[in-house]
Amino acid sequence: MTADLRTIAGYALREALRRRVLTVVVVLTVAFLALFWLGVREAFDESQSLSAVPDLEEQTLVGATLVGLAMFVTLFLGTVLAVFLTLSAVRGDAERGLLQPIVVRPIGRTTLLVARFAAASAVCVVYVDLVFAAAVVLTGATGDWWPSNPELVGLGLGAAVVVVVAISLLGSTVLSTTANGIAVFMVFGAGLAAGLLGQVGEALSSDTLHDIASIASWALPFEALYQSALHALTEDISGVTGVAVSLGPFGGAQDASALLWPYAIAYVLVVGAVADLIFRRSDL
Amino acid sequence: MTDELPEQRNRLLLEAGHRRKGTFRAVADPALSLSAVRKRYGRTEALAGVDLEVGEGELVGLLGPNGAGKSTLTKIACGLVRPTEGTATACGHRAGSEQARAATGYLAELFRFPGWATADELLELHQRLARSDGGAAERAELLELVGLAEATARPVEAMSKGMQQRLGIAQALIGSPRLVLLDEPTSALDPAGRRLVRGILEGLRGRGIAVLLNSHLLSEVELVCDRVVIIARGRAITEGAPEALTQAGGVEVDLEGGTRRFPDAGRDEVPEIVARLVAEGERVYGVRVVRGTLEDAYLEAVEGT
Repeated sequence: MTADLRTIAGYALREALRRRVLTVVVVLTVAFLALFWLGVREAFDESQSLSAVPDLEEQTLVGATLVGLAMFVTLFLGTVLAVFLTLSAVRGDAERGLLQPIVVRPIGRTTLLVARFAAASAVCVVYVDLVFAAAVVLTGATGDWWPSNPELVGLGLGAAVVVVVAISLLGSTVLSTTANGIAVFMVFGAGLAAGLLGQVGEALSSDTLHDIASIASWALPFEALYQSALHALTEDISGVTGVAVSLGPFGGAQDASALLWPYAIAYVLVVGAVADLIFRRSDL
Repeated sequence: MTDELPEQRNRLLLEAGHRRKGTFRAVADPALSLSAVRKRYGRTEALAGVDLEVGEGELVGLLGPNGAGKSTLTKIACGLVRPTEGTATACGHRAGSEQARAATGYLAELFRFPGWATADELLELHQRLARSDGGAAERAELLELVGLAEATARPVEAMSKGMQQRLGIAQALIGSPRLVLLDEPTSALDPAGRRLVRGILEGLRGRGIAVLLNSHLLSEVELVCDRVVIIARGRAITEGAPEALTQAGGVEVDLEGGTRRFPDAGRDEVPEIVARLVAEGERVYGVRVVRGTLEDAYLEAVEGT
């Protein structure tokens, strides 16, 4: 099975390279990072105007906000990559006639699905962690502000895109390419909206909004993982600066329950098992 | 695949020798066996209880109108579709099982290969998936067989549809399968390409490989197949050797004054007819025994359902 996994994963990666998917991603990411660097420089230059506020560490406020922005963009880009690598993995490829010649081989449908999951997850995790690391380095080198737990943030972002990969693969077993792409992006948007509602609820002390956000986070754990990573970014910032960060667009994130990580792993396994069951019972 | 299969295959190859059309004889369990197979898609019944066997080294043509259930039957045989009822076995194993897939080659009607892959890369991928240890020699041999020896490094997206179809046939033959399922393998081929495929099919028969050929090209089926199964509305309505399905259509004799037809006569009556005509002072320039075509038999069978 390991050799089959390597074969299919290598095939998927080679396709991404030959189709210039990764080239486009790299070029656009470099463009994003260049833009981000310009923004970082400008933001730190302009932050001098905040020095009049007593006890406010303007470097920390600007740095945490910029890295928070980088996290959001990185998660979005990672999600785009995850979706485009997997949205047609089953039904879409079957409709185009690409899947049948492979499925009739002895490797089996489960191996095929696991390999597609492994390949897409590996690419996406490496991608989001590299982009996030680059954003942190650009921010630190320019404004001399470094997050206290970058490894936890990277871990959370990586896990979040793995959840998206699993959801997209599940969608691909029942939906055609376009329908699955739309569905996964809408699910992603719903998760982000729920997270923002939670942050608003936190600021307003609204239990209802908080509960809605909490339920959505468990239903779509990529959002909980993102919020948890965001929380890890800002949890050590205290005082006036902490209040200022929490009122910003990337503050106010909730600390996750200790159950989040085991739950996220179980979630991916269950989603994968359902996808496998549907795939194995599908007529192609 | 079980360990004894290569040995069994070698035995079949030895026994098959240069087997010719019509000289098929089963030497082992059927390569493909479908028993009372039904398939429903919602309210639509694609197959309504089909029994079919393809013996080792037998070349069977599957004919039928659009929507008759031919592709569904082929997909059940290779495990892409699960039967609603009935049993299907390929090479002694449940159709779709790992062992059955390992012994089966398949070319779908509506297939597509990744456009970025070259012919050689595609075959190499399928060698790995089929666990074939044939290596570069097998790939070169198969590309040569389908007339693509010069296109080894050409990407699929730079190939014509006909070339892709020939590459598909080469792909189906990776790993020396015991059973080959071909769904409309010549639909995009020109006459020379079809002749090439006929040669390949005859070669497979000679090597003891069972072939189920699903095709709309009746002349092709008639030329190459040992047996024909006609299905309509999900049922096998007629089967037999092409020669048995086609009916005698009389004798035609070319005379000085034109062609005279003897509609009720057959091959055995030819000497008597010619002798009589000569005795009557006619000059005989040619004699033909006329047979109905497979197309006639097909239309008669299908229109009778």
